[in-house]
Amino acid sequence: MASMPRAVDRLIDALSRLPGIGPKTASRLTYHLLRAGEEEAAVLAEAVAALHRQTIMCSRCCNISETDPCAICTDDRRDHQTICVVEEPLDVVAIENTGNFHGLYHVLHGHISPMERIGPDELRIEPLLARVREDGIREIILATNPTLEGDATAIYISRLAQPYGVSVTRLALGLPRGGDLEYADRMTLSEALAGRRLI
Amino acid sequence: MPRPRVRRTEAIVLRERDYAEADRILTLLTPGGKVTVMAKGVRRPTSRKTGHLGLFNRAEIMLAQGRNMDLVTQAQALEVFEELWHDLLRFTYACYAAELVDRFVPEDEGSSDLYDLLVSALRWFSTGDDLRLWCRYFELSLLRQTGYAPSLHRCVVCEGDLQAETNYFDLAQGGLACPRCGMQIPGARPVSLSAQKVLRYLDSRDMASVGMLSLRESSQREIETLMHAVLQYTLERELKSTAFLRRLRSELAMREASRQKPEGSAKPPVFDDQPDSA
Repeated sequence: MASMPRAVDRLIDALSRLPGIGPKTASRLTYHLLRAGEEEAAVLAEAVAALHRQTIMCSRCCNISETDPCAICTDDRRDHQTICVVEEPLDVVAIENTGNFHGLYHVLHGHISPMERIGPDELRIEPLLARVREDGIREIILATNPTLEGDATAIYISRLAQPYGVSVTRLALGLPRGGDLEYADRMTLSEALAGRRLI
Repeated sequence: MPRPRVRRTEAIVLRERDYAEADRILTLLTPGGKVTVMAKGVRRPTSRKTGHLGLFNRAEIMLAQGRNMDLVTQAQALEVFEELWHDLLRFTYACYAAELVDRFVPEDEGSSDLYDLLVSALRWFSTGDDLRLWCRYFELSLLRQTGYAPSLHRCVVCEGDLQAETNYFDLAQGGLACPRCGMQIPGARPVSLSAQKVLRYLDSRDMASVGMLSLRESSQREIETLMHAVLQYTLERELKSTAFLRRLRSELAMREASRQKPEGSAKPPVFDDQPDSA
């Protein structure tokens, strides 16, 4: 087998460690960067290098940020008594894009998954409870994914938060916009029926 | 015989892994064996397959032959074990059962009996009582169906009939040894007579009989410890879900104890102590 230059081999190896990228895609990306020229490769290299240098985890909400505390946690116009709990930093972006939530966030960085050996200690649950204890939180909105593991995480957190007398809510479940009723599963339809409202 | 390009099968979703933008790689147990398939776009809320292909759902699916793995083209949930969504302990037992099946069954292997066993287990973990005892029944049945059934009636060394006394379990030979042979085997663990009776009962009866059994906490614990050792030895690794299962059970026991005791009491949890009926 013809050997590749070491630099090419190293980049293919590094790229194929990324989620969703196999050796074939990694090779294609590597050769694209070779063809694109040194400048484009340098821009990418600088962006990758700056990723960890210029970001930090907010010590309050555990979101990825440029400052600690992050801009959301220090924004006085936001409701500091409501926390929306999400699994990943990208979920914060999704909820912020709605423009309808003005409280604070807490990022767990995953969900409980016994089969992957991810328990409560691997998630940022304790910092959340510390905020509930110390910051006068009145409502926790559990916005974990509507999956079996997301629900398990929500149940676990709600049980821990119970003694603090805080109101714990879960995002509504039901039919997605643009979906097709006949393809909805029984559980989703039941939840949609249970959560129906007057128009 | 070549696999058909498109096939219809029933399946249980054993595990799932996010892939690319909105896809998921699913490990399924079907009556024909364990398969790994790709469900395209299933993480989008508007996907027609999303709700049907949830973890542990029993679904009827259409699979089309793909380049690297089969693709799910249609899915219809046949049974959703709803209690697993509302009860953390039941969910964790289901995870444990699914992990066991995933570890014991290689890709493209399995049988309709194994599939039926998992369906029964999920039904039991979803709605049944005494989840611990049923878990032991599941473990023994799984070992039997995958060819690792422990020998419980004759000594694994001298092949003599075992007497009604404390015998020894040898993990390497996968069964009980009489005291004379067992005491010579390094690491062989003593098994009480009542634990042996329970193991034989669970190994020889149908699942309906499991509910008729009522065990002391000490017997439950002895059998559980032994079965975990057998499984760990057979699989050559520890199961990932065991740690969380233990933690959850101990948290629930502590919570139960604090509910029963006056505030400030720090005594350990109290367990039932019913007579051993085995």
